[in-house]
Amino acid sequence: MSDLIIGLPSKGRLRDDTMAWFADRGVEIQRDGSEREYAASVAGLDGVSVAMLSAGEMPRELASGRIHIGVTGEDLIRERMADHERIVRMPAAMGFGHADLVVAVPAVWADVRTMHDLDEAAHAFLERHRQPMRIATKYHALTRAFFAEHGVADYRLVDSQGATEAGPKNLTCEAIVDITSSGETLRANHLRTLDDGLILASQAMLCVSQTADWPAATRASFAALAGRMGLASDDPQA
Amino acid sequence: MLGQTRTGAARTALEGMRTALAQRFAASDAAPLDVPHLFVAETLLDLYGEDLRGRAFLFDDPSVDAELCLRPDFTVPVLQAHGAGGWDRAARYRYDGPVFRRQPAGPDRPVEYIQSGIEIIGETDTVRADVDVCAALHGGLSDLGVASPDVTIGDLSILIAVLDALEMPSARRAALRRHLWRPKRFQTLLDRAVDGVALSPEIAALAGRPTETRLDDLVAEAEAVGLRGLDEVSARIDAMAAEAAAPRMPRAERALINAVIAIDGPADRAPERLRTILDGLGDAVTPVLARFEARLEALAAAGLDPASMRFEASFGRNLEYYDGFVFEMRAPGGAVHPPLAGGGRYDAITMRLGAARAVPAVGGIVRPEAVLEVVR
Repeated sequence: MSDLIIGLPSKGRLRDDTMAWFADRGVEIQRDGSEREYAASVAGLDGVSVAMLSAGEMPRELASGRIHIGVTGEDLIRERMADHERIVRMPAAMGFGHADLVVAVPAVWADVRTMHDLDEAAHAFLERHRQPMRIATKYHALTRAFFAEHGVADYRLVDSQGATEAGPKNLTCEAIVDITSSGETLRANHLRTLDDGLILASQAMLCVSQTADWPAATRASFAALAGRMGLASDDPQA
Repeated sequence: MLGQTRTGAARTALEGMRTALAQRFAASDAAPLDVPHLFVAETLLDLYGEDLRGRAFLFDDPSVDAELCLRPDFTVPVLQAHGAGGWDRAARYRYDGPVFRRQPAGPDRPVEYIQSGIEIIGETDTVRADVDVCAALHGGLSDLGVASPDVTIGDLSILIAVLDALEMPSARRAALRRHLWRPKRFQTLLDRAVDGVALSPEIAALAGRPTETRLDDLVAEAEAVGLRGLDEVSARIDAMAAEAAAPRMPRAERALINAVIAIDGPADRAPERLRTILDGLGDAVTPVLARFEARLEALAAAGLDPASMRFEASFGRNLEYYDGFVFEMRAPGGAVHPPLAGGGRYDAITMRLGAARAVPAVGGIVRPEAVLEVVR
């Protein structure tokens, strides 16, 4: 089998937007069987098959090379892949799935507007409480890199896989790093983003695996797909 | 790159090197010490912060209800072992075994490699201890066939002494000292000190109100959530006002600090450079300069010629525990290989590991596998 395998999000808004995005570019993805069956194919393109996956599995499948092309949020690519440039190319930002990864603190922290402020507040917190300020997030790698870039050191990450915004109120953390789109949830939980606390303005990305096998037949399928979609390059690895 | 499997001649060669290093360190009166490969991560997280996770392998073990860490170096476990027997004594230790480090993706750096090392803890003649460690590693490399490695030295106590000697508000000094090991942040703080900071209208207004009612309006708008109290917010507003009102750092002082940081050249010329730059600071930096010169002389007496060593004043600023003499040895002209040996002084972390006051501590390691690559 030298099929070009495209991994597509299997559920929800991201799936629908992805289908529409491909359709707009002349690539009709047909869902096989019932609405609940995770199978699909591409009309009029031979040698291309479709795998329906959860967006969260996409980075792993791209890295392992089990899929050649995938669609997932830039946040997940950057969080899960230490050296994403070696593993994927991202030839197209898809214009949907927008989400900002931000640092947010309690709104009553009038003194903390910037990462500089957070560093000073965190150090004073450590001295006062004899424990580091806790930052709740599921984006550990991105948070660590961003805090290091800003020289913030006196903190401890707390893993939070959901309802992160409630952490400060529940006393499980002092501040958070989380995805926000409108900021409504932050405000409702008495939090506010830092002025320079935007870690990543993420959106859905078309990703091409650099670690997958690319035999000639698969490259040809990619070239045909890229040509139909109007991608800048018809070479998956350049 | 994972650690290596070795058999036959390669294994014998490496074993020979480890034995030779052990003998060399034993000749410096260091007693052998074994420490566990795995230990509770909390201690290291307290020392290094979250950055540790980018450097070391941590994992949960539900059976001990703690996060564990594969040792990324020997220094902390050796210090812990020493401290467990009481901090108020001197001892020399040698050790040998693998350490485990996460490596940035890309170049083939091993995540598991052997360190053979020596640590001198509690000796008050710090110059002698510094030189004994450095000379033991240098002699060890020579025993293994690397007769004249490229040696780079540094001394972070000079920069610390400069910060202590300059007149400035204590909060500014504390912030600069705290970020000594984060050069970019350190520079930002220097610039703030020189350029001055203006309070935002909001903070200026809040700072002007009495402490008790300062945050009433804010609390009316948003619930005070979290463990950080309103008193802490208020205290920092006072600190911000104090920072804004503080005299600016003269440009000449920033230039002086940066001139010290920028020194990079033959070690024998460093004392004169330092004396020229630090001329105006007077007695406050005299002891640290005297110690630096005494160390150079003692290194020369031990066969390490200062004229052939490089002094880099900012050397050691990438690792938050060194606070004094630091050094590194590479294969001659061999920038491609990892350093063959290195180490330094780290008195301050003894306090963070439980010592009542800073205990003199210095140590260093040889990487016999890297040496094997070079001499083969």
